[in-house]
Amino acid sequence: MPPWLVSLATIAFANALVVLGLLILWRTGLVPFGQALFYAIGAYVVALIGRFTPVRDVFLVVLAGAACAGVVAYLIGFLLARYREIFFAMLSLAMSMTLYGVLVKTEALGSTDGFHVEAGTFFGARPQGQALNLAMFWLVLGFCAVSALGVTLFFGTVAGRLAAPARDNEIRLEFLGVSVDRLIHLELVIAGTLAGVGGALAALVVAHVDPSMAYWTTSGGFVFVTILAGAGSVAGAFVGSFVFELVRSVAVDVLPDTWQMTLGIALLLTILFLPEGLSSLFRRLRRAPEAKA
Amino acid sequence: MLTTFAIVTDGLVYAAYLFLVAVGLSLIFGVMKILNVTHGSLYAFGAFSAATAVGVYVDLGLPDAAGFLFMIAVAMAIGAVLGIVLERAILRTAYGRDEVVIVLVTYAVFLILEDTVTLIWGQRSYPAYQPMVAAGDLELGDLILSNYDIGLVALAALIAVGGYWALHHTRHGRLLTVVIFDREIAAAFGVNVTVIYTATFVIGAMLGALGGAVMAPKISVTPGIGVEVIVLAFAVVATGGMGSIEGAMIGALIVGLCRAAAVHLFPQIELFVIYAVMALVLVFRPHGLISQAQPRKI
Repeated sequence: MPPWLVSLATIAFANALVVLGLLILWRTGLVPFGQALFYAIGAYVVALIGRFTPVRDVFLVVLAGAACAGVVAYLIGFLLARYREIFFAMLSLAMSMTLYGVLVKTEALGSTDGFHVEAGTFFGARPQGQALNLAMFWLVLGFCAVSALGVTLFFGTVAGRLAAPARDNEIRLEFLGVSVDRLIHLELVIAGTLAGVGGALAALVVAHVDPSMAYWTTSGGFVFVTILAGAGSVAGAFVGSFVFELVRSVAVDVLPDTWQMTLGIALLLTILFLPEGLSSLFRRLRRAPEAKA
Repeated sequence: MLTTFAIVTDGLVYAAYLFLVAVGLSLIFGVMKILNVTHGSLYAFGAFSAATAVGVYVDLGLPDAAGFLFMIAVAMAIGAVLGIVLERAILRTAYGRDEVVIVLVTYAVFLILEDTVTLIWGQRSYPAYQPMVAAGDLELGDLILSNYDIGLVALAALIAVGGYWALHHTRHGRLLTVVIFDREIAAAFGVNVTVIYTATFVIGAMLGALGGAVMAPKISVTPGIGVEVIVLAFAVVATGGMGSIEGAMIGALIVGLCRAAAVHLFPQIELFVIYAVMALVLVFRPHGLISQAQPRKI
């Protein structure tokens, strides 16, 4: 693979982990407009470990980032899990903007410029240059494989299967003895942890963190990919994220002045004509021949 | 003492600004149940067209006082045109979908309009300070207040009172209340909901553009100003309660005063405080300070 494709795929798949988390919430009908909160926490934890401790092992730092994001998601969940629809979206937005505000005003963490992230080691080895990029690629792919498997298994559990009923009619579910708040709390922790992994990996890949990782447009980008991918499948998150990065880099390259417009039009067309996302397109194509027969 | 006075005056001016940008958002949400992200773009369009209008006006050399009115008229006219186009051409196709999906539709339009602004006005900033300088200052002891700021507070108060009167004491306002209460029953009784939706969206869009226009002389009008506004306006209406003028007003006052206090006492937490207040209010009043209990529908 050419080097540009490797770096594009690496960052796309790191971000796909955040989308995977959003997918879990989207199945319950929830769209957090502040998932960048956990993304930024994962990233900053990795960056801070690199700055203040001698620990460099990529597995350790990524897991630490994920754990911190997960704990924050657990704590915030007590508040957030009580909300639905727009208020859920806005409250999570407010939380991520709070972190953004703190990061921007913290001189010790480089304020708006952010700071450099130390390169990680792989079991003691320190690859350089293109070898490091390839190592990062495989690392991200490994985390993606484990997470995709984990989320697929989760969808098969009772809690995973309750998503659609909770979306359709919460009150019925409560009469059956299920606490929807607790279900959403659990989903939030999973999604937050996944976003933490994504942020931690992104920090290592880009080798830099800055407050814009917590900004609401970052969250908006993740929501965008979720809609593009559709709630249908786990694979959709990865395909969607890859397509998004590809479209964005091409758009920034070819149409530097109107790339946001290109993205906006793509999102609008997806919502209006492909309500279930790209993954439904594949399903439709597969079904089409049967329908004719 | 001086600090307290400065906090109150700064807070009031900031609250007036917040109210102007938030009231249109709240109106559209109250009637149409749409969280309109394009409000930020309308603000940007208002600010840019106002800045251009001021530029043209100053070049013509007409008396300063009317420049302010000219600027507002141009911005609101553009807001109205954009509002009609957005509602008729795009939003209408998404009615009936999930609230969250409609938010995403407006988000997509917001992205498109962000680039449209830079395509029309380019990547540079526009000065529009003339109306503010022309308005002069008011000296109260050690404190200097800009007349323009006082005018801003007065305008916000005027819109709050006027809006409240129009909603509760005119025929059209009452029709609007009916639609807010139950859209389908209103339609069954012969209220033309389609027209009310369009009118509401256009009024909301004009208010957004007005917010941008009156702020243009106070800020540097550069691309990207709409992004900040939308999140701020969200925070204000969520704090106060969505869908009511009182809610937008109380939210704006609380957020405005808290931010002014933070700026004067702890400048480090300026950005943080707005969202912290919102989160705190929402912990105790999940749907904002002024909100009515919603029955759960099975």
